[in-house]
Amino acid sequence: MAADSLVNWGLLSLSAPGWGGVLLQGFFNSIQIAVGGFTLGLALGVGGAFGKLYGGPVLRDLLECYTTVVRAVPELVLILLLYYAGTDLLNQVLALVAIGPVDISGLMAGIFVIGVVQGAYSTEVLRGAIKAVPAGQIEAARAYGMSPTMVLRRITLPAMLPYAIPGLSNLWLIATKDTALLAVVGFSELTLVTRQAAGTTKAYLLFFLAAGALYLALTLVSNVFIGMLERHARRGLAVNR
Amino acid sequence: MTDETTHAVAFTPEDLPTAKSFFKPHRIVMMLVFAAFVVAVAVFMRWDWLPRYLPRLGWGILVSLAMLFSTAILGFLLAVPIGLVQVTGPWFLKLPAKIFCTVIRGTPLLLQLWLLYYGLGSLFPQFPAIRQSFLWPYLREAWPYGVAALTISFAAYEGEVMRGAFAGVPNGELEAAKAYGMGRWTMFRRIWLPRAIHRALPTLNGETVLQLKSTPLVATVTVVDVYAVISKVRQETFLTYEPLLLLALIYMCLTGILVVAFRTFENRIPTRGA
Amino acid sequence: MKKALKVLAVAAAIAVSGGVAASAEALKVGVAAEPYAPFTAPDASGKWEGWEVEFMNAMCAEAKLECVLTPVAWDGIIPALTSKKIDMIISSMSITDERLKTIDFSDKYYNTPTGIIGTKGQDIKPTPEGLNGKSLGVQVSTVHQAYAAKHFAPAGVDVKEYQTQDEANNDLAAGRLDAVQADAIALKAFLATDQGKECCDYKGDVAEDVAVIGPGVGVGLRKGETELKDKVNAAIKAIRDNGTYDTFSKKYFDFDIYGK
Repeated sequence: MAADSLVNWGLLSLSAPGWGGVLLQGFFNSIQIAVGGFTLGLALGVGGAFGKLYGGPVLRDLLECYTTVVRAVPELVLILLLYYAGTDLLNQVLALVAIGPVDISGLMAGIFVIGVVQGAYSTEVLRGAIKAVPAGQIEAARAYGMSPTMVLRRITLPAMLPYAIPGLSNLWLIATKDTALLAVVGFSELTLVTRQAAGTTKAYLLFFLAAGALYLALTLVSNVFIGMLERHARRGLAVNR
Repeated sequence: MTDETTHAVAFTPEDLPTAKSFFKPHRIVMMLVFAAFVVAVAVFMRWDWLPRYLPRLGWGILVSLAMLFSTAILGFLLAVPIGLVQVTGPWFLKLPAKIFCTVIRGTPLLLQLWLLYYGLGSLFPQFPAIRQSFLWPYLREAWPYGVAALTISFAAYEGEVMRGAFAGVPNGELEAAKAYGMGRWTMFRRIWLPRAIHRALPTLNGETVLQLKSTPLVATVTVVDVYAVISKVRQETFLTYEPLLLLALIYMCLTGILVVAFRTFENRIPTRGA
Repeated sequence: MKKALKVLAVAAAIAVSGGVAASAEALKVGVAAEPYAPFTAPDASGKWEGWEVEFMNAMCAEAKLECVLTPVAWDGIIPALTSKKIDMIISSMSITDERLKTIDFSDKYYNTPTGIIGTKGQDIKPTPEGLNGKSLGVQVSTVHQAYAAKHFAPAGVDVKEYQTQDEANNDLAAGRLDAVQADAIALKAFLATDQGKECCDYKGDVAEDVAVIGPGVGVGLRKGETELKDKVNAAIKAIRDNGTYDTFSKKYFDFDIYGK
């Protein structure tokens, strides 16, 4: 089986007899979830970081619980919990707010799951970045009579960016790889379709290596953009680091 | 992965609460609310399956811990040379080490595990030499593949950390060692390695917690760890929330114990200045 | 700050609810997200096909239901049904008393024997004695797992559980298992593949145990949805009576898969 037909590259072709098209579709799903989850996580993270730094004691403790639980429990377990229980809960909340029970499509459930996990991580990253902004800059803004929202928009957010970008770019890479865990709940992202293709054709090595190449390409391309972003955000900052 | 990111994704010793911080009025109220929640969970949810599965759960926790420690230790032993050659090695060692780190860190662990178990695993039996060798009884099992995948992953992430740690040891210390007439090996053994490990220690803690968070993946290749036991409970009782909540609690306890152990360990290492 | 958080929370909720599938009336039919030939398997264009997909199409057309095939993980297929991620299960799920405690079933739509395959040349019989000391692979939360746990495990058989049938078959071919117990049709389909032909042969059907194996395979439904159940039952009867069932079955099998 292995020796006579070394590698059947035809299996990877994009049209019907090959599985390349299915793989790319799964890859596209993975990217969609990573982008959506990362964005949702960023939104949660901004709220969480400000809540942790400037919120009341109760809010602060609640956020502490959130970040502690997410950072202490395996992503795989969180994904199962959020996928089955979390979407159920979200539905009940939506029903209470009179939007009515909605059925959450697989894609949305995936984004929700990854987003909640990423939210805790980015809360921590952003909190550290905000704390790194020199207090004098914020005080100066206040002295100029800026309102809190304006301070946030004009000073805190732009000034924390250089500190946040390395951490956030790592979170993006984690998000792309965490999407693979959705295979365990049967979501058709790259890892699961790869296994289906491999299981049907029995060409396990070929398909897993192909999927690995796709993930790696995503990481490498991301790294190029991250490098550009970092240089851009760090312009005007002292170079030693 | 940088220091801060490890901290952001893994619970680390700095996050441990202090004893006296518990007794604030709002915290007492919150703890009462939480206690009420726990009681409600205990009373209104189904827990009658628990006694039946307790022995298996204990066994599963042991398997998870064995996976964690064996792969963390093996992975660290691999990480030291991987980090070292990236700092000082010739290009033909530096390049493969760099490629290894990039590839492993750039692809999901689940995919690597399945590649090893299903990909390589289905290749082995086609070679009669392997089938007849003394290794075959082990290759038939699932755990060697789990250990291999987790070790490789830990080595790649930790190798990157060790690279930074080796590079960060102040040159003056190494020069001082040279001035004392230490040979290369003595210098490495007495100065460079201990200093690098010391520098890497905080990140090492975080990476170990991350490694614990990766262990349940081995359940997807039929290793019966605590995650697999809980999956079995889910399938046999058709319950979803109760077993998963218990599983989250178990992992939180394991992480907590691990982190407390690290803090005790870290406090016993003398540090000067910072 | 709290206000800002609320705004964020609501925004997130809207973002999630905004992407809800447009056709709310379409029923989501859950199938296990794994190749399970000849019943359900994805083809190279990502489309699911097989006997059970044809059954679903015929049954839904007859009952005038709009059905969308939705792959989900087998080990979470019942929670997915009860938490309303899917509305029906058409995934070769046998009707058993254990499952009836949690979900409801339509009438059976097929019934096939349960068999055991093993590596060639090994002396394996589908009995507790004939499997003593061997390793036997089964898929989790299937009637086969329940059967193996009841009859084989106490007799000294090493029963290993897999998330998907495909993995069990693969481990048998890879020499990690001595035998696999599953639905006879699915096993024979595996034996017809190159991989199956090379490694294994059929060792026989297991002895009957209706209490564990149940009367056959039915459509899984949520409890209390009697209207849907009546529609499904009527449709199954109608396609049996008008010959549609036999027409598409002939494409796959040379015998009557409906059973007695």
